[in-house]
Amino acid sequence: MAVMRYREALGQALREEMEADENVFVMGEDIGVFQGAFKVTQGLLEEFGERRVRDTPISENSIVGMGVGAAMAGLRPVVEIMTVNFSLLAMDQIVNHAAAIRYMFGAQVKVPMVIRMPGGAGHQLGPTHSHSFEALYQHFPGLLVAVPSIPADAKGLLKTAIRDDNPVIFIEHETLYGQRGEVPENGGPMRFGEAIVRRAGDDVTIVAISRMALTAQKAAEALAEEHEIEAEVIDPRTLRPLDLDSILDSVKKTNRAVIVEEGWPHGGVGANLAALIQEQAFDWLDAPVQRVTGADVAMPYSKPLEQAAFPHEEHVVHAALATFRDV
Amino acid sequence: MATKDATRTQRADGTGVEAKKKHSLPDKETCELVLSKMMLIRRFEERAGEMYAKAKIGGFLHLCIGEEATIVGGTQALRDTDYLMSTYREHGQALARGMPATEVMAELFGKVDGCSKGRGGSMHLFDWERRFLGGYGIVGGSLPLSAGVALACDYRETEEVVLSMMGDGATNQGTFGETMNFAALWKLPVVFLVINNQFGMGTALERHSAVTDLSKKSEGFGVPGTRCDGMDVLDVHAVVSEALEKARKDRQPRLIEAVTYRYRGHSMADPEEYRTKEEVEEWRQRDPIASFCKRLEEEGVLSEQEVENLDQQAIETIDEAVKFADESPFPELDSLYDDIYVLEGDRAPAWWSVDERTPEVHRGEEEREAGELPHELAERGAAYAGVGERHARGRRDEQRAQEGEGEAAAETPEEEGGAD
Repeated sequence: MAVMRYREALGQALREEMEADENVFVMGEDIGVFQGAFKVTQGLLEEFGERRVRDTPISENSIVGMGVGAAMAGLRPVVEIMTVNFSLLAMDQIVNHAAAIRYMFGAQVKVPMVIRMPGGAGHQLGPTHSHSFEALYQHFPGLLVAVPSIPADAKGLLKTAIRDDNPVIFIEHETLYGQRGEVPENGGPMRFGEAIVRRAGDDVTIVAISRMALTAQKAAEALAEEHEIEAEVIDPRTLRPLDLDSILDSVKKTNRAVIVEEGWPHGGVGANLAALIQEQAFDWLDAPVQRVTGADVAMPYSKPLEQAAFPHEEHVVHAALATFRDV
Repeated sequence: MATKDATRTQRADGTGVEAKKKHSLPDKETCELVLSKMMLIRRFEERAGEMYAKAKIGGFLHLCIGEEATIVGGTQALRDTDYLMSTYREHGQALARGMPATEVMAELFGKVDGCSKGRGGSMHLFDWERRFLGGYGIVGGSLPLSAGVALACDYRETEEVVLSMMGDGATNQGTFGETMNFAALWKLPVVFLVINNQFGMGTALERHSAVTDLSKKSEGFGVPGTRCDGMDVLDVHAVVSEALEKARKDRQPRLIEAVTYRYRGHSMADPEEYRTKEEVEEWRQRDPIASFCKRLEEEGVLSEQEVENLDQQAIETIDEAVKFADESPFPELDSLYDDIYVLEGDRAPAWWSVDERTPEVHRGEEEREAGELPHELAERGAAYAGVGERHARGRRDEQRAQEGEGEAAAETPEEEGGAD
């Protein structure tokens, strides 16, 4: 095991996959000379040169579109979009082409590419640089969606994403880049579609994605210490494919479910999961499924407002306790 | 309309541009090939229009009649190893690239033997083997894709070049400027061919573009532009050939504006209120096939009879294509969920794409291994759309076959929406 930061784990995955496969290359805004807006691609230009580490103009739709074209022609592009909000400029290429091309051309071609993008609030980046679009991307058939919360997963899932023959939306979290964690030496790729139990417990299931998996673990400790409630925290790690079975197994054991995300409540990840849980495990539920989400507003800049606009430990504790209220 | 151009002069009657000097004719064999391709496209489009009226073809149908010289002149300049990408008006490009008319017609009919297995339809033809990398339904959407394919050609240090076609309307999209910049900045082996048929759907060129000499629109981005007479197959071929070599040898992308005309409406649901019959008639005087035939006969390359024979061959090929498309079955409903993902290798039994899991949890979309559920969903969807049970559909097909060519469309399509 080696301890490293989330951004270093991502960088290592890129480096290893580029070394292993000549067809893998990275492109995006300021990923080369500038070393990456969040320094994930630090050192890659020096190591691999301009052919494989390509600084692009600010043209998100065409950056992604070129990635799709290059992938169709057999390369394995890893495209970096500077923040999730900018990916909206590329929505046409992501949805109409990356996701659809294999299906609409009768499986004559595949689109093996990765689109990396950081999202999430906490650095006061305001309403155009810090949203959470996991719910949006999980919506599209044809795309895979990864949302790693710790360095080991960041590395393992990115390696898989690069080797996968499908287009992958890889959503990183801006406030996790500096987080340290243990990463297995020679850690290989990690299968998509396998949730992980971050903390075992019998009383309530808390499903939490991306950074919220960490928040949920803290909340679980507080629930144990202050309320004698043992929460089971599940991090799905990928939203497509989704390991619903692991979530349902846990809910059938605890009979209670809380879903935590930073995104907006309407049509969110939690909304979808809550629907699936009640469809699949209604008879096991002892209380309504609770959701903890970001506030239903564009992310404000001002620090206290921003902090108020995304979930914290106490919100999760509160929601978990709500599942124990007398009905 | 457009301004004067250094290489081509504006015609006095307003019908496009022309080369200052006539190109000499190639050898007889080449002339025959070029003519037969143009004829095949013309006959294909005419029949496709008829089949649409008979409700054999659904959705939108965009015909390229009038643009044959641009299409064939451009594609004949390609090597087999080069790539071609096009717009949603791409039946002609597919045929010119050598795709069998049978597969193209079957795709229009939504049949399983269509080139895209009936998934794409008229706007999304594709043939990997012939390096025809697609028709695309989003105006300007294919431009970055074509630059990406060119990037792959360059990355692998091959001699392959991409010919990226677009309509005049696409030059107003953001992807146009973005892609021109990319192509010039990274010296990509790509040639852009703007098929200026004078209209972006129903909006005339001078009403949708401030600059009407479209060959000028790429120059500020570093991609030199030139024009050619899109009604003259030899002129298009000459100009595109030169540009392809420039891209191949000197890694210099080029843009060519082929000035042409679309005789038919934007799609089949087009009342054509935006132009006069006289205007269409003026352009018809310059018909690319008739004028090429005339020249071949005048210069004694082909006799009237030989021309007639070629046309007859085209008609026969299309007859076969229609028969093939008619007889080809619709895709199995069980295939609805096929090929959303590449599902080779070690896959978690997770939830990939089917979002209906009642009453049983539905495990991993291993396509047909998914069992009955996708089939049931598909049947339900088909029933909802009024397609009916599979055996009922089969009966209706038989009935139709007995009645001959089928009935006229029960419903006319809605007016064009934002779909294209």
